[in-house]
Amino acid sequence: MFPYEENFQSRHLGVGEADLQKMLNTIGVSSLDELIDQTIPQRIRLRKPLEIPEGVGEFRFLRDLQSVAARNKVFKSYIGLGYYDTITPSVILRNVFQNPGWYTQYTPYQAEIAQGRLEALLNFQTMVIDLTKLDVANASLLDEGTAAAEAMSMLFGLAQKSTNGQPANKFFVSETCFPQTIDILKTRALPVGIELVLGNHEKARLDRSFFGAIVQYPAEHGAVYDFRSFINHTHEVGAKVVVAADLLSLALLTPPGEFGADVAVGSTQRFGVPLGYGGPHAAYFATRNEFIRQMPGRIIGVSVDAQNNRAYRMTLQTREQHIRREKATSNICTAQALLAIMAGMYAVYHGPQGIKRIASGIHASAKALANMLKELGYTQLNEVYFDTLNIRSPVPTSKIRPIAERSGINFRYIDDKHFGISVDEATLPHDLEAIVRVCAEASGKSMPAFSLEKEIRITDVGYPPPHQRTSDYLQHPVFNQYHSETEMMRYIKMLENKDLSLTHSMIPLGSCTMKLNAATELFPVSWKEFANIHPFVPQDQIEGYRQVFSELESFLCEITGLHACSLQPNSGAQGEFAGLLVIRAYHQDRGEGKRNVALIPSSAHGTNPASAVMAGYKVVVVKCDDMGNIDVDDLRRKAEEHKNDLAALMVTYPSTHGVFEEAIQDMCDIVHKYGGLVYMDGANLNAQVGLTSPGVIGADVCHINLHKTFSIPHGGGGPGMGPICVAKNLAPYLPGHPLVKTGGEKAIHAVSAAPWGSPSILLISYAYIKMLGGKGITEATRYAILNANYLKARLESHYPVLYQGEKGRVAHEFILDPRELKATTGVDVEDIAKRLMDYGFHAPTVSFPVPGTLMIEPTESESKAELDRFADSLIAIRKEIKEIEDGKSSKEDNVLKNAPHTAQAALSEAWNRPYSRYKAVYPLGFVRQNKFWPSVGRINNSYGDRNIVCSCPPIEAYVEEEI
Amino acid sequence: MNFPANLKYTKDHEWIRIDGGFGWIGITDYAQSELGDIVFVELPAVGAKLEQGKTFGTIEAVKAVSDLYAPMSGEVVEINKEVQDSPEVVNKEPYERGWMIKVKIANSAELSSLLDADSYKKLIGK
Repeated sequence: MFPYEENFQSRHLGVGEADLQKMLNTIGVSSLDELIDQTIPQRIRLRKPLEIPEGVGEFRFLRDLQSVAARNKVFKSYIGLGYYDTITPSVILRNVFQNPGWYTQYTPYQAEIAQGRLEALLNFQTMVIDLTKLDVANASLLDEGTAAAEAMSMLFGLAQKSTNGQPANKFFVSETCFPQTIDILKTRALPVGIELVLGNHEKARLDRSFFGAIVQYPAEHGAVYDFRSFINHTHEVGAKVVVAADLLSLALLTPPGEFGADVAVGSTQRFGVPLGYGGPHAAYFATRNEFIRQMPGRIIGVSVDAQNNRAYRMTLQTREQHIRREKATSNICTAQALLAIMAGMYAVYHGPQGIKRIASGIHASAKALANMLKELGYTQLNEVYFDTLNIRSPVPTSKIRPIAERSGINFRYIDDKHFGISVDEATLPHDLEAIVRVCAEASGKSMPAFSLEKEIRITDVGYPPPHQRTSDYLQHPVFNQYHSETEMMRYIKMLENKDLSLTHSMIPLGSCTMKLNAATELFPVSWKEFANIHPFVPQDQIEGYRQVFSELESFLCEITGLHACSLQPNSGAQGEFAGLLVIRAYHQDRGEGKRNVALIPSSAHGTNPASAVMAGYKVVVVKCDDMGNIDVDDLRRKAEEHKNDLAALMVTYPSTHGVFEEAIQDMCDIVHKYGGLVYMDGANLNAQVGLTSPGVIGADVCHINLHKTFSIPHGGGGPGMGPICVAKNLAPYLPGHPLVKTGGEKAIHAVSAAPWGSPSILLISYAYIKMLGGKGITEATRYAILNANYLKARLESHYPVLYQGEKGRVAHEFILDPRELKATTGVDVEDIAKRLMDYGFHAPTVSFPVPGTLMIEPTESESKAELDRFADSLIAIRKEIKEIEDGKSSKEDNVLKNAPHTAQAALSEAWNRPYSRYKAVYPLGFVRQNKFWPSVGRINNSYGDRNIVCSCPPIEAYVEEEI
Repeated sequence: MNFPANLKYTKDHEWIRIDGGFGWIGITDYAQSELGDIVFVELPAVGAKLEQGKTFGTIEAVKAVSDLYAPMSGEVVEINKEVQDSPEVVNKEPYERGWMIKVKIANSAELSSLLDADSYKKLIGK
């Protein structure tokens, strides 16, 4: 780097030179080196710096990346298979997708300061419910393939529950499902003993040994089948049916809920979410009311707040892994909130007429194209279709392909006689003309004379019964009042204003690493060279992406000290699942398939046991000692006890308690000695980068939450990415993909629908590492540890600190323990969390890993000034608690119990609190400068769980409120 | 906290009240207070056979979920619709309106393996 170039490190780190010394003084060390030496055990420290090039400035990075981007070829792709070009409305692109007010929030656990995205996600659920005509929908899953697998898994669970003894274990899969979906079903079925039966749904005869079936609607090659008799037959044998449906097609076609489906799944990508070479996009999952308690993923529900106003929250959380652990219905944690919000906004902006117009336009274009191709001798084989033509070609497709590619067009080549064309929203009349021209040239004919205006007849898009949809959809007011850009812009902003994001203040969530998501890192995600590429294009069109993947893989291997990397998993939980399957494949390959025990410490994140069960492991819990460390003796005992069937240890490092356990290498040695491998949960990798590594501590596999350590924004609950790195002996088993060569030579089946998961957001992590360089990412770790220890030093005389290392240091996060205050003052952690909102802060993690405590992770991006504001707030809250202890405040009616205070409550005529309005809403001076107003009061959780409403409340509810 | 002397208890925090060959089963005052606001109770169907110590249902609060374990073996003859429709009665009246299932006792000898109120109180440190 030239000395005059701008240094990104100084932009990423919150603390400057001037404040560093003051903070070190507060901590009580003379240098940052000394602090790090006291924090990370010497024997696991890296002996040399990371071999990752020096960082580059933001301007230079973007310019360099432009030449990488130029190596991608942006063709018009008509490949289909669940991915379609779409038009992202500019008002959504600018105000949601590219807006840190929408992409930097955390998952809406603190619902009072998340009403905006909760409403947006409720819109998404309502849209899905309306279009599928099922009763309930969740707030997104990772992709269509995994949503299908979740559906299979849910039905299997129901079958196990409803039968005593031998449950049905077969699942019928229509051979016309998308190939990537079939592959993911295999991935999920094998470890838990589900037998997949692939076949033709029209000929299938199921019996009582089947618990379920899945069909694709429209099918792989575009045909729209009438599934009614198949579904009746399946129901007769007691099995249930999943319909994987193209959500947009349901604007015209009879929805699955009306022909007997029990579950509908699919992608919402074509609702305005860019292709991104495979992701991220939101999948949907809808089912019948009776299965809601088995439904995977987060569900947004309606409840009321302390003032009895309507308020939204995540409902039925007891289904989820963070509470139910190995008994959870799924391991899903991070989903695709931001993308679901975009898809929901697309429906809000277009409304029912707009959605119908778009769907009709696509179908009319497909019909017109079929007619034009017919004149050239190309036969369209689908009797009924929506957007996808299945074409029998008069000339070998191998002759068509070079002409198409020369014209910048990708079709789906099925075999030498057949190819597919999926038309989409972004297919304009001249694109159709270009397709016809390619086909004319290939067949040696001249361009037929036609008039596109005549050919594309949008009014003529009806289907014969039973295919024509007759029911309405999107009738709720929210889908019918924001159709001008001005109204839409304001609606988006109104919701954004209800949410606390990183644009307001730090979000100090333990284990979630809410660091800076730099604007420069985010820019390239929207570049057309990265955004507008279909995941199944030929590899010579994505040389730019391949370069990014290969560099990023080598960076991640260098950082983890491991040998090979798979970028396929779309979340941390999916990384765990993939990693555990890789371990399983390794044992099986060595003839040790009986190894099926996963040792998991009691302090583990809930996804660990949930993933282990999904991957076919038996979970054995290892105790923690009073210091919060894994009990090494208990580990040794259990490893020895299971020496014949020990498969793996799952361990988080530094621990979920925020401590670098001294004994980590011994623990890994014990597991290796008894034939097991070590899976390291990378949730806390932000405390390791450049200083130690999973490889050094002895891990064989780890996942990396790119949305934590490597700057991908949380998006309010996704997207995320959870690539895995593995030791050399495990590299052969890294996940493959049925359509694109990925993974090792003995690859396990795919874990994600797209070969590289969500490629467009990999660019963010790539940018982070390129701009900070090896030295910069190491400094980030050091400053993350500095900030955590500084906050600890400021707070430890006010609240007990639960766990710390042998030298009194914490890693990048730490736990404050206010539990003893409950007995004397009635104040619990929930009250502190809600009161922090009045100070303008999002609470730290409050229910994990120790219920009733606050786990604080400040990250390296926060400045001393912000850390001080946060510490001052917690100290001020401790004083408010002291007033209760001293009898100056009431135990029941105080600033904590009544928090958060909304503007409406504070300004109400009938203010009758024993404290002032001013104290309620401006508890400290700085709050006056930058007041964030919670939009609702304390939400009643039990009301919401007892009265489950998961779609936009009916119109009457709004009218009532106005009165 | 109240632990009636006429009930028998399990270490998993269920109680059973025996009356003429039938047993009424619910969860203890301690269990309901530890769980917090109960939002859902999943119960077996009438006719289901319970085995002592095995799960017969689940109980959900906002932030916790727990299995229900049968204090004694027997056949379910009645379930309390009220706890399914208004699960909060388990919080309000764990021993009265909050009963969950009525079973026909299969083996009254199992009674001897259960705790009396004093032993249960000792178990939970009350």
